[in-house]
Amino acid sequence: MAKKKKEGSFWIWVTASIIFRLILIYFPSNLNLSSRPEVSTPLTSLRRLAEGYWLKQSSVSPYAGSMYHGSPLLLAVLGPLTIKSIEGQPNNLLYSLVFVIADFINALLIRAIGQKLQITYSRSLKSLDLDTVSKSSAFMLVAAALPSRDIAALIYLWNPFTIVACVGLSTSPIENLAILLSIYGACSRIVPLAAFGWVMATHLSLYPVILIVPVILLLGYGTDTPPRKLLLQRRGGKLEDNPSNDSDFHQGQAMKEPELAIVFSWRPVNLFLLWIIIWSLYVLVLCGIYVKQYGGLNEMFKSTYGFILTMQDLSPNIGVLWYFFAEVFDFFRNFFLIVFHLNIIFMIFPLAIRLNHRPCFLAFVYITISSMLKSYPSVGDSALSLGLLGLFVNELAEMQFSFFIFCVYVGVSLLSPVMHNLWIWRGTGNANFYYATAMAYACLQIILVVESVSAMLNHDRKLRKLSSAKLQNVKS
Amino acid sequence: MAVLPFRRVFVFFFILCFSLFYASVALGSGIDDEEFSEELLLRPLPDRKVLSHFQFRSRAPPNSSNGRHHHLFPKAISQLVQKFRLKEMELSFTQGRWNYDLWGGFDPISSNNAKPPGVELWAVFDVPQHHVDSSWKNLTHALSGLFCASINFLESSTTYSAPDWGFRPASGRLRYGTLPREAVCTENLTPWLKLLPCRDKAGVAALMDRPSIYKGFYHSQRLHLTSTEFDSDDVDSGIVLEQTLTVVLQTNGKKAVLTSQETKLQPSWSLTTMFGRKINGRCVLAKSSNVYLQLDRGLVAVLNNLQKENEISAPGNLAYEASRSNHGFELSVKPDRVLEEAESQGKNPSVLYEFAVGKYSNSESFDLGLTWKLPVVWSCQQAPLSASRFLMGSGNERGAIAISWKSSQLSQQLLHPDVIEENCKLQVNVFQVVPWYIKVYYHTLQVFVDERLEAVSDIVEKIRVSPSEDKVSPGVMEMILKFPCGMKSAAITLEFDKGFLHIDEYPPDANQGFDIPSALISYPNFHASIQFVEDKSLDKSPILAKFQEKSSVRSYTEVLLVPLTTPDFSMPYNVITITCTVFALYFGSLLNVLRRRVGEEERLLKSKAAKKTGQLPQLLLKLSAKLRGRSLETPQSSSTSSSFVSSKLILKVILVAGLAVAWQFYFAS
Repeated sequence: MAKKKKEGSFWIWVTASIIFRLILIYFPSNLNLSSRPEVSTPLTSLRRLAEGYWLKQSSVSPYAGSMYHGSPLLLAVLGPLTIKSIEGQPNNLLYSLVFVIADFINALLIRAIGQKLQITYSRSLKSLDLDTVSKSSAFMLVAAALPSRDIAALIYLWNPFTIVACVGLSTSPIENLAILLSIYGACSRIVPLAAFGWVMATHLSLYPVILIVPVILLLGYGTDTPPRKLLLQRRGGKLEDNPSNDSDFHQGQAMKEPELAIVFSWRPVNLFLLWIIIWSLYVLVLCGIYVKQYGGLNEMFKSTYGFILTMQDLSPNIGVLWYFFAEVFDFFRNFFLIVFHLNIIFMIFPLAIRLNHRPCFLAFVYITISSMLKSYPSVGDSALSLGLLGLFVNELAEMQFSFFIFCVYVGVSLLSPVMHNLWIWRGTGNANFYYATAMAYACLQIILVVESVSAMLNHDRKLRKLSSAKLQNVKS
Repeated sequence: MAVLPFRRVFVFFFILCFSLFYASVALGSGIDDEEFSEELLLRPLPDRKVLSHFQFRSRAPPNSSNGRHHHLFPKAISQLVQKFRLKEMELSFTQGRWNYDLWGGFDPISSNNAKPPGVELWAVFDVPQHHVDSSWKNLTHALSGLFCASINFLESSTTYSAPDWGFRPASGRLRYGTLPREAVCTENLTPWLKLLPCRDKAGVAALMDRPSIYKGFYHSQRLHLTSTEFDSDDVDSGIVLEQTLTVVLQTNGKKAVLTSQETKLQPSWSLTTMFGRKINGRCVLAKSSNVYLQLDRGLVAVLNNLQKENEISAPGNLAYEASRSNHGFELSVKPDRVLEEAESQGKNPSVLYEFAVGKYSNSESFDLGLTWKLPVVWSCQQAPLSASRFLMGSGNERGAIAISWKSSQLSQQLLHPDVIEENCKLQVNVFQVVPWYIKVYYHTLQVFVDERLEAVSDIVEKIRVSPSEDKVSPGVMEMILKFPCGMKSAAITLEFDKGFLHIDEYPPDANQGFDIPSALISYPNFHASIQFVEDKSLDKSPILAKFQEKSSVRSYTEVLLVPLTTPDFSMPYNVITITCTVFALYFGSLLNVLRRRVGEEERLLKSKAAKKTGQLPQLLLKLSAKLRGRSLETPQSSSTSSSFVSSKLILKVILVAGLAVAWQFYFAS
């Protein structure tokens, strides 16, 4: 009964968030969110997409000039919507609806991922005989109100960043959709979907390319579990424990259950790689057809991936790189471009080694890192990472500085528009003011990543301690 | 056999004679062909100013007939033509803005000689398509050396563009560039004068007194070059160089006691009061050397009216007034010729007085003066629509460019009979170049006619856009608009985002703002030409030929000043260090969290605590053992392990050193 009630309240909140978005859509001209630097970067701005579509319509390459840098597929899907409008409705209604729907699907996907996570989590705790312990401990209190999956979905839907990104007409909800599709596909072992999501996400914004590591881990090992060593120990302990009494059946069961998680299964991974090839060929062929008469794929790569990697646009955004590259000496430019992009790549393997038993969390960490270090970050990216953060409320309950992080989030998101206004519109401020807020935002995300990783590792440590204590108890 | 030598001699003689003859003909024709003419056109303007327009025209025969040498034609220019294979080129230096409302917008001078502020250069090359850009770059450098101006800034691909049909009809080998902020000064005029055979020592050019020229309201120095050398067709006129200087001067009338009657009177002027100099005869090298005084249609109409009134009121005065036009004013010099416009839309043709400078000398110098006797108020003929361009929006993030048109009286006059027609259209061409840091959203183009929003496709007949590319090329927009004839006003708007530049790309005075060059608005259905009645036997003077050329009415809009946001120029180091610190913080702290193992740390701490007590004696023991050589006290296992470690260490050091050497070898070379 209580569960049903919870369910109901969840759906009420979801509908409320969608209605809220629709209300906001109806007066966008007053809000003018679509031209905010926090919302629309050169990559995600719908205005630029409309310009690209207009150029395409007047038989010029959509990539002519430095206006549009997105995917040709987005252009084909969203482009016609930018010029169509229903009588008597605001012009932006059609494509705004697409973004609202994308947001809704995103929330559902997060919820589905959360469900999978929760199932494996409780199962693995059971297999460690820790379910009673964990239930009684403090950190399950959070989950008492709502399951973590609903919390995550609601955080995603009600996060002001998500709402702003959705109403502000940036294409980041669609990019997030592709990323979530990939993770969901991997969690629920739908290999073609995972491959499709990954290919699309990479095609749309390049940075999700690093998600191939967590996706492969997800496919190979299954969703997040406590460290595998523990399970092995546990199994060993169990085997040691009762070698004689009704051996065959019990053993078989004990073997069967954790086996799934422990052995890396190559078959889905190989399938995944195969599907990646198929999907990327498919996407490339589609793009190739679309841009055939305008310089072909080469041109497309140059003005999408090339634009991302070389940071040509120096207009302000919430990241720190724009100001850095506006100020850095020209002969160091290439060096720093390489350094900053390597910063993302360098951290892939240490994280993957340390967190290989928790691929979903690994994906969250990767997404947060890339949303911090990418060349044109926007609030849409951090909306996704914050939404995913909600999935791990149980594990991260003991995270340090969480209140501090929350306060700084609020502070930065209030101060940043003010500083931008002072600098750009009133001319009384200075670029440094705005840069300082961007700096604070970057530090904030760094603290978030570091603390969440640390909290997750601590959680694992705690599990190990508990389980070893239990083992000892059992033995003695 | 005797015949053969004779025949040979004969042939030789014949060849000699022929070649001599040919040479003399060629030489003679060369002298004849190379010609130079100087002219000055004066025109009173309605706002108490005077337009003076100097025009010098030099012509060189085709290169083949004349070798490399020239008598009159400047060699620098002909070399320029040869080197860059120029078909046509125009360079103008302008200060001030031509006031289209007051000074006219429908006559040949305003549509050909009113230029945008700063430097404007366009050139048509006769080279293969892929060489055009390199030719242009070299040309800008050559010209900047020739004219002591920073025309070489036009070399960068962000400043010039390749208009297709919006600027001039046809030609894909045209390049067009402007520098709106270039300051124009005497240092640009001196090299320009050097191209004239008499410089400013004699002839009309002697009037160019620098202070009085640069004191004017508008100053435009232009050099136009056409060459038919590389044309395939036989009509070959060689190189024609046309140098014009258009200045609008305030007449320095005596500001003595002015009665109320006199204030209404237009100020009287003479060459001395305007330029402070007189013309002491012609430049002897010039083929023709004339001064013209033009009265435009509006003025003639006013004068005619005055005369009619006078005739009615005092018919007796007719005898006193020698000529009709002399009624309202008096000329100090009697004109040699009076030319009248042949065909005009109104009843009042424009009048041109011609003065030949040739007969004047040092002793009797030419000083044309005009004294007004009656107050006259008139207005110049205006372009069909008067265009202006302005910026909309505030702040440094985005804005909009708007071009607005207002119909002038003329268009109402001209188009009056057509208004009845339903599909009467007024064609307007717009050519606009926008620098790359103004990121124009062309899909936001909006057209307003009579303050009502119209569908773009109804008005815009043809549009060509080449969007700007960051740091590579400017945005070019060429448009053909067709407005309904009866409209009162029209406007187009385009939204843009302001770009953000690297600190090195800002000019020294970054906070002043950036200039968007003038847009060119032309009305292809209207031709600014004046046909004068004259006997065909006479040589047409270049200025009259220019007047009769059928060119469309053109006008330039204002230059726009766009303020761009500036970063903090003073702190690149701070930004670099702070950003790198943040990155280091991220990398370091994350790595620290990842490699921390709590259990091991605890163990390590414990062992350390255990060790701490006996550390010093142990160290001493080790030391003494070392001194004694291989000691027996140290356990075997640890020594082997330590030696093993050290060998590993050495291996590592060698590996790193080898890598470093390889790196040095491959990448340093």
